Amino acid sequence: MKMTDKERQELLKQLLEKQKAGTLTPAERYKIPPQDMPEQDSAVRITNVNEAATGYTETQARLEALRCLRCKNAPCVKGCPVRIRIRDFVVAVADGDYKEALSTIKENSLLPAVCGRVCPQENQCQLTCTVGRKFKDPTKAVSIGRLERFVADLDQNAESVPAVAAETGKKVAIIGSGPGGIVAAADTRRAGHDVTLFEAFHKTGGVMVYGIPEFRLPKAIVQKEIDTLTKMGVKIVCNFVVGKTRTIRQLLNEDGFDAVYIGVGAGLPNFMGIEGESLVGVYSANEYLTRANLMKAYDYGTGADTPIARSKKVAVVGGGNVAMDAARTALRLGAEKVYLVYRRTEKEMPARIEEVHHAKQEGIEFHILQSPKRIIGDENSSVTAIECLKFELGEPDDSGRRRPVPIEGSEFIIELDTVIIAIGNKPNPLISQTMPELKITKWGTIIVDEHTMETSVPNVYAGGDIVSGSATVILAMGQGRIAAAAINESLAKK
Amino acid sequence: MTNRHINAIRSVFGLNLNKDTYMSHKITSKKQLSADVFTTEIEAPLISQARQPGQFVIISLNNEYAERIPLTIADADPEKGTIRLIWQRVGKTTAELSDLKEGDEIANIVGPLGNPTHLDKFGIVVCVGGGIGNAPLLPIVKALKDKGNKIISIIGARNKELLILEEQFAGISDELIVTTDDGSHGRKALVTEPLEEICRRSPKPDQAFAIGPAIMMKFCCDVTKKFDIPTQVSLNTIMIDGTGMCGGCRIEYDGQPKFVCVDGPEFDGHKVNFDLMMKRLNAYKSQEQKELEKYKQHQCKLDMDK
Repeated sequence: MKMTDKERQELLKQLLEKQKAGTLTPAERYKIPPQDMPEQDSAVRITNVNEAATGYTETQARLEALRCLRCKNAPCVKGCPVRIRIRDFVVAVADGDYKEALSTIKENSLLPAVCGRVCPQENQCQLTCTVGRKFKDPTKAVSIGRLERFVADLDQNAESVPAVAAETGKKVAIIGSGPGGIVAAADTRRAGHDVTLFEAFHKTGGVMVYGIPEFRLPKAIVQKEIDTLTKMGVKIVCNFVVGKTRTIRQLLNEDGFDAVYIGVGAGLPNFMGIEGESLVGVYSANEYLTRANLMKAYDYGTGADTPIARSKKVAVVGGGNVAMDAARTALRLGAEKVYLVYRRTEKEMPARIEEVHHAKQEGIEFHILQSPKRIIGDENSSVTAIECLKFELGEPDDSGRRRPVPIEGSEFIIELDTVIIAIGNKPNPLISQTMPELKITKWGTIIVDEHTMETSVPNVYAGGDIVSGSATVILAMGQGRIAAAAINESLAKK
Repeated sequence: MTNRHINAIRSVFGLNLNKDTYMSHKITSKKQLSADVFTTEIEAPLISQARQPGQFVIISLNNEYAERIPLTIADADPEKGTIRLIWQRVGKTTAELSDLKEGDEIANIVGPLGNPTHLDKFGIVVCVGGGIGNAPLLPIVKALKDKGNKIISIIGARNKELLILEEQFAGISDELIVTTDDGSHGRKALVTEPLEEICRRSPKPDQAFAIGPAIMMKFCCDVTKKFDIPTQVSLNTIMIDGTGMCGGCRIEYDGQPKFVCVDGPEFDGHKVNFDLMMKRLNAYKSQEQKELEKYKQHQCKLDMDK
């Protein structure tokens, strides 16, 4: 239901009066229309790299917050990987106390502006929300993520720097400046340790900078978090590959670090292992997105030195957030046609519902229940087409999702000039190769004690995708926080 | 790299560095080796300590818009805290790099990346370098010599002007053969010609190394394969991160994808699909040519304005 601003303001006024009088009933709360996210028009936004979703107005935020039933048992909190006191912050938004809302979130999450944008809320807090259950649709739950973003964005210009305890003289190395690393760095620095954050790239932020596009997560938001770390006294060293420039052993034995946190992500792209994957014009999503985001290849020819394929027809293979990011980036780089090829159905797609919605809105053509069998090239080894196979869904597999089964003889050709493979990543072996005593699983992820995130090597901790495989920003953050607490505790005893 | 980062490095590793005045990646010396080939010594103390033969760095010239390119570390001096890079002017970034002077700084250098060369006492080793490939070959030859191998070096270039490091190779090789395509220096031949002769000798070489343009490595491998001589090649593909993240450097090796940055840069040359690799190397050629032209015109205009 579309409402005008004026209608919204009127409704809010009435509701706030009832709320104040204590007469607002659950039935009335259910009737408040869920607030749609304002966004750039899809035809306009595919011509720029600015954020697609522009954020709630204050009226919208308060209306949305009033939809919350204030359940005693707060099931939303149990759905959150870092247990943010969601109900309490939503109530604070409804009351117009945004400072209180933000400080409630910040008790458990340091990066609300990021998580409000990129968390898969429909599988977490909004999945367990009572309002969503009533409507049997997590997208009709209270829009917790949008509210989180709203309060975080209000704070973007604030200059609040967390207090740092007296110097302890203990040194902590944080490897990787992604979400887990940022949180671990902040938390260990708050305890007064001498913290150094190492980053392999020339810019900090990890996947939030090289992977997630500007139109979904503006770089300025990530930079602000890094700036806060600098103000707290965290030392930042870029262009430093731990395992190569120096090993973890050297950091511990020669450079005087007392503890190390490994938050390097799972950065090794999976390929499909089909014919033609090394042809010119076939990219991993990592490469495509890094060229476009980190290296700003969209400005090639007008400043940027890193080229990228100027594609007409593109197929992105995969159904996760990274696949949506790559497909939508290809559109913004001027592709006329972008296909998203996924071997299951939309229901099984791991991407956030909002990203799927945005991708479709922008004109990405979904090819579900299909998968490439081989990639075809011309005499110059440039891609000209993919041969796809059609699938149907069979019995559920280990992941609980119905297994896609190929339909024999269903091969067909899609003509195109670029293929982007976005079927996940596996852990980078760079660190484990240079530290044989570090115990890893058969998939290459680092084995940790889940209560402390400590690895098999004393004083070496790990978290995020290098421990859990491909997961989320919020999970990485949560593990960074657990590890930091354990590091602080262990160093306090020394 | 910003001053903040430099200060961070200095304070974290200050005690481990021999120099107290660590000032970013300053170029301490620069020399032009041939028409389009340059060499510099650059301050990079941590890399100079960690680096082993066969490894490379990735550099970029500014933080915002510059591209990242891999360059082999030709040599290093851990005492002085410097590394030596040698490059050929081919695209915009290498052209820009060639215009830097002593005292200038390179914004970003990361490394050492890739796996070190597998060094062993093989016996007789034939080392083939072509053009700019002589630069990465030299430290490997030095290390092989130190292991007690008998070294036969073949170094080639299109013409006399483009031949680099002849003196250095002469100093450490038990036998040195120089070739040029046009006969302007040494023997008029492609490097594969003397390579084949050496392979025919008895005893034949126990091991071969070939580093140079992809096409040269391909033909060298064709020769050594006939004689069943194991051959290491060092590949220089397009890369972004150099740590396994982007997969842009992948090659087809024994029918399987391999990443040059983390699985290489050295491979058994008999298993590399060179034809495909050459095509991937040319993926952006026309775009890059345009950018180079633009850069040249811009520099030209700057010079005229002076």
